[in-house]
Amino acid sequence: MSSGANGRRGALPPGVTNAVELQKKLREHDYLADEGLSTAIYLTLRLGRPLFLEGEAGVGKTEVAKVLSRILDTPLIRLQCYEGIDVYQAVYEWDYARQLLHIRATEALGGDRENLERDLYSREFLISRPLLQALEHEGENPPVLLIDEVDRSDDEFEAFLLEILSDFSVTIPEIGTIRAERPPIVVLTSNRTREVHDALKRRCLYFYIEHPGFEREVEIVRVRVPEAEERLARQVAAAVGRMRQMDLYKPPGVAETIDWTRALVALGARELDERLVEATLGSVLKYHEDQQRASSAGLATLVAGGMGA
Amino acid sequence: MLDAAVAFGRVLRGAGLSVGPDRVMEFARALEELDAGRREDVYWAGKVTLTSRPEDGETYDRAFEIFWERGGEYRQRPVPKMRFRIPSPKDSVLPAKKTVRPDREGDQEAVTLRYSPIEVLRRKDFSEYTPEEFEELDGLLSELRVGGALRRTRRLEPARRGLYDARRTMRGAMRTGGEAVRHRFRRARSEPRRVVVLCDVSGSMSPYSRALLRFLHAGVISGLPFEAFSLGTRLTRLTRELATRDPDVALRRAADAMEDFSGGTRLGDAMKEFVDRWGQRGMARGAIVVILSDGWDRGEVDVLAEQMSRIHRLAYHVIWVNPLKARPGYRPLAAGMAAALPYVDTFLSGNNFDSLHRLARAIAEAAGHHR
Repeated sequence: MSSGANGRRGALPPGVTNAVELQKKLREHDYLADEGLSTAIYLTLRLGRPLFLEGEAGVGKTEVAKVLSRILDTPLIRLQCYEGIDVYQAVYEWDYARQLLHIRATEALGGDRENLERDLYSREFLISRPLLQALEHEGENPPVLLIDEVDRSDDEFEAFLLEILSDFSVTIPEIGTIRAERPPIVVLTSNRTREVHDALKRRCLYFYIEHPGFEREVEIVRVRVPEAEERLARQVAAAVGRMRQMDLYKPPGVAETIDWTRALVALGARELDERLVEATLGSVLKYHEDQQRASSAGLATLVAGGMGA
Repeated sequence: MLDAAVAFGRVLRGAGLSVGPDRVMEFARALEELDAGRREDVYWAGKVTLTSRPEDGETYDRAFEIFWERGGEYRQRPVPKMRFRIPSPKDSVLPAKKTVRPDREGDQEAVTLRYSPIEVLRRKDFSEYTPEEFEELDGLLSELRVGGALRRTRRLEPARRGLYDARRTMRGAMRTGGEAVRHRFRRARSEPRRVVVLCDVSGSMSPYSRALLRFLHAGVISGLPFEAFSLGTRLTRLTRELATRDPDVALRRAADAMEDFSGGTRLGDAMKEFVDRWGQRGMARGAIVVILSDGWDRGEVDVLAEQMSRIHRLAYHVIWVNPLKARPGYRPLAAGMAAALPYVDTFLSGNNFDSLHRLARAIAEAAGHHR
């Protein structure tokens, strides 16, 4: 099979044998995943497949990789994608400065010029970028490789990732093929600013992270901002829920909910009122137009009710 | 279990999801890892292995219910009911035989449509469209790739001067025993230029506005640096409104944002606002500026001429698209048009689908000029 995944991989955290236990484990590390997401993560670990996470900005995609590295007690290697990223920034580059020095030194010492080329293109002069680091990682557990915002890269890079993610190996012409002994646990994220190629997605397990429901969001706030009182947490979650119905440029994500709650707590808030919303609106709505829209809809309506549905 | 997975895969394929055998195998393996007797486990195993877009979710859910909970009558009627939904409400007119042929360079995407009623629509003037035809046009326009042609990578390529290319210099040095006799350079391959489109939405343009706004939408979601504005009695930036993939939502948002839709024109003033607020600060610098307008200006013509000259100085290339240009015997007699023409590099018609295709090509070609 093309997957290269033979049998079980068992990269599960200690004491975890199924998706429900994994969900609990994630929770212990302050990440509240619903059953779908924890099943997706569980399968990622079991099947050794990359996990492709999509969703609005701020729903906690990157956080998944971070919490995985924490519960598995393994390093997180992060590759931030951007337009124009290429192999030399993602996999490896030669250390030219050192190569030049080496040439000079060889000359000065009247050294072996015959074998100069072989020396220059040896491991010693190779700089590993994130993907190579992830493939070469040695340790108890494979590292977590986060390929963040893959939608920002371009087609060529996607095609290249395809290759790496199917074989977990990379060929460096001067050195040969480097294969991961233990493939990294891979999490790809996309904000969906453009459509990522199907072929790449097909290599991965796919999960679309939605905004959380009311109760879950309250829980998330409680876990992430323990100083916030229950009542405040519920009011904030309800208000954010209403904002998401408002047709904004950027509806608030969980990240904004947490930011907002922190801001409110910092102001000593115990419950939400119109004045507090006004004072802290900038920590939840990041566009001036969105703030105006919320204001004209009436900030009081964001506070109304509060205990949620 | 494998049989069931295969059968379920077939149902999903029938429903329009792209589910290959590899995915079905993956689904079967996922089931082995989970409790295949538990509904939730089967549901999520399928969801993460057999879908790949949020839009797939609804189709999947319905197929799942029918297949797993009503006893797998997958050969029965349910399948056609789950036709894959295309945002345009009139998906039935989408040409069945559409071939998308990507050019070798990967930057020319030609869309060939073979379907006779569509052929007619392509050349028909937008102003003669019936409401039904407009709905069909939506389907056609969704195939239009604005400057898919434009897309250039930012990769570095060898060049006579530019950034020092240590890699190739070093390579060359090997041939001369470690002496870097020839220094090599590289530079970024041409980047896509920003495209700024100013679309006249005054009353006289209204037969064309709908189609042209769709063109703007295609541009905004093309992934290029693309900015869209409407020009009427005032200027409205539409880029963010149009940035939603769903064309219906995008157009509704754009319409909400424009207070002056189908009103009068004060082209010069609106353009002045563009140059003052956006163009001068950088948006028009080195950009390809496209103006979609019939050139009827009820304001001062001098203002328009002055603003056009400013734009011309800032921009890399100025394209004016006038739907009236296609009319037999058209001459740019509208005062505004006449005043603007000296500052226009490319003058096109924009009255039908084919001409929008030409516009997309003109944008692509303008972007490539400097190479």
